[in-house]
Amino acid sequence: MAAQTQFSGGFENAPVQAAHAFRAAMTVMARPGEIRALTGIEPPAPLSLAAGTLLLTLCDPETKVHLAGDTDTDAGRKWLTFHTGAPIVSADQADFAVGTWRALGPLNAYRIGTPEYPDRSATLIVECDQLEQRAAVLSGPGIKDTARLSLPDVPALQSNATLFPLGCDFFFTSGDKIAALPRSTQIRTEG
Amino acid sequence: MYVAVKGGEKAIENAHTWLAEERRGATDVAELTLAQIREQLSLAVNRVMAEGSLFDPDLAALAIKQARGDLIEAIFLIRAYRTTLPRFGYSNPVETGEMACDRRISATFKDAPGGQVLGPTFDYTHRLLDFKLAADGEIPEAPQGPARQEPTPHITEFLKGEDIIQDEPASDETPGDLTREPMEFPSNRPLRLQSLTRGDEGFVLGMAYSTQRGYARNHAFVGELRIGKVVVEMDIPELGFAIDIGEVELTECETVNQFTGSKTEPPQFTRGYGLVFGQSERKSIAMALVDRALRWEELGEDNLGAPAQDEEFVLSHADNIQATGFLEHIKLPHYVDFQSELELVRKLRREAEERITQKEAAE
Amino acid sequence: MTENTNIATEAREDWMGLLARAPDDALMSLWDGIQNRPSFEWLRSPEVGGVMVRGRTGGTGAPFNLGEMTVTRCSVVLQDGTVGHGYVQGRSKPKAEAAALVDAMMQTSAAGELQAQLLDPLHQQMQAAKTARAAKAAATKVEFFTLVRGED
Repeated sequence: MAAQTQFSGGFENAPVQAAHAFRAAMTVMARPGEIRALTGIEPPAPLSLAAGTLLLTLCDPETKVHLAGDTDTDAGRKWLTFHTGAPIVSADQADFAVGTWRALGPLNAYRIGTPEYPDRSATLIVECDQLEQRAAVLSGPGIKDTARLSLPDVPALQSNATLFPLGCDFFFTSGDKIAALPRSTQIRTEG
Repeated sequence: MYVAVKGGEKAIENAHTWLAEERRGATDVAELTLAQIREQLSLAVNRVMAEGSLFDPDLAALAIKQARGDLIEAIFLIRAYRTTLPRFGYSNPVETGEMACDRRISATFKDAPGGQVLGPTFDYTHRLLDFKLAADGEIPEAPQGPARQEPTPHITEFLKGEDIIQDEPASDETPGDLTREPMEFPSNRPLRLQSLTRGDEGFVLGMAYSTQRGYARNHAFVGELRIGKVVVEMDIPELGFAIDIGEVELTECETVNQFTGSKTEPPQFTRGYGLVFGQSERKSIAMALVDRALRWEELGEDNLGAPAQDEEFVLSHADNIQATGFLEHIKLPHYVDFQSELELVRKLRREAEERITQKEAAE
Repeated sequence: MTENTNIATEAREDWMGLLARAPDDALMSLWDGIQNRPSFEWLRSPEVGGVMVRGRTGGTGAPFNLGEMTVTRCSVVLQDGTVGHGYVQGRSKPKAEAAALVDAMMQTSAAGELQAQLLDPLHQQMQAAKTARAAKAAATKVEFFTLVRGED
């Protein structure tokens, strides 16, 4: 079908495609700085291919999603509802939030978990203009020596890392590309 | 301490093959079909659905067959399976007042509207073995009467008019779900009921019996027991309205408990509640008694220190899959743990012997 | 998309509910008898999942989670753009597919025929089974009679 409707653009073979997408998402989260391609669906604009695929892979009726800024469209809401059943919520309740860095707003709006349950925190899907292995220097679990990744806001992400084991985790998406930054990664600007 | 042990693959494989053979039994005896189990061992199927916490009679029948009739093993299989299912959502609360009742009795009101409907009960059987069943399966057809068209009202509705029974005001509060968030104490009534309805029938029965024998006695009457089918309705987001998504058989028990009043509540009847998948009468009565015992705090009663009043004790031990997992794991290899224990006991023994020898030498 | 919005929601609730509750074999044998099945594309291919069933404390009070039930769902789109959804109890993918197609076809000109050939007979079968059970229950209703108990 040519026209984008709330019902189209999902996985054609959900178990297999979602498993591949999950593998890619897990790999980039386990190896901060690594960039993978993520495809399989056609999300409504302005969601990128990678961000849309990630939402369909990770979300279900029990994950609350915040659509920040331009991503909060009627088409986007209906599409996400049909394919995942995920409730759309404000930033402070979100398990997942998606949007540009500017639209997502200050990080202190999001849940960072509790000492008993650090996992009760938000994962932010940050839509970027470009995603490249340059600029910020990453080190920590999952990284041999160092890795590099173009990050939208180094000071804010550094301060998130100081909250460890609490804090938010991040996916960065651009077109069909995806990378990730868990809260356990140390960030430097040098070089 | 757990240490990976290698080896035994061949033995395990052969054990599994033999298990399959033993499960089948003598091959000159016809093999059980799932439909036979579902239709003819339906109360076992019901128990597996209730404690497996998944309503699907065909799956429960398969689990019973695979588990060779070991119901806790079958429940384990169902619990494992249900974790693989994507959760489509939560239903609207079922309306048990709309139940198509197969059975509906009250121990408190003889002439309740809707009457005393016995249904297919064991209650008035003589508990004598029926050797005819060993010979053939011929059964007479059950007689029919004039079918009731309208729903059967709840008995407790009649007491409400007199304002003499504690009310259960409706709410739309979202209940906690112990399959999603680990149980924390103190808990609340919705979580307690979820835990009890999937709890081990034997454990819940034992706890309920303890209240009858005097450990936090709460003088329960079965105000009403009903068994039948209710429709399950769910809001479908893409439709924008709710539809029936199926029908489940339930057993509901409401106890009416004598209550002379407390520091905070006037004398009135209080209530215990049991609701269980399938025809699970013993379980739902037991659940209602235990529910009532656990309500001591909200009703302003004294904590008598009875086991059935101890929420942490009851809820932490009600789940037979958690229990059997922890219990049965001790038969698996603990060679290294035991080796260290052995070393320790030998050392203590040596030291004790040395002390005795030194003492004797000194005397 | 030309989804017909004139279809009364209530009627759609009725047929979707009937399809969801229908015994597998009853629905499938009626469905097998339907000619002229439309061609379609999947919007969501059949998937088996669980729905958490809720009850209320004391039958009327606060909701609590009772346990899950299996449900299979799928969504189809016909060539003319009509969308059909199937939500059925159990784990039968063919049953979910049939339910979604019936839901879609009931929004088209095929509705009258389908109502007569599938939904009506299905409703009658299910109602007859329900009534037979209620009749057996009725036969076990206790008729009390009072014995004379001697004078006090």
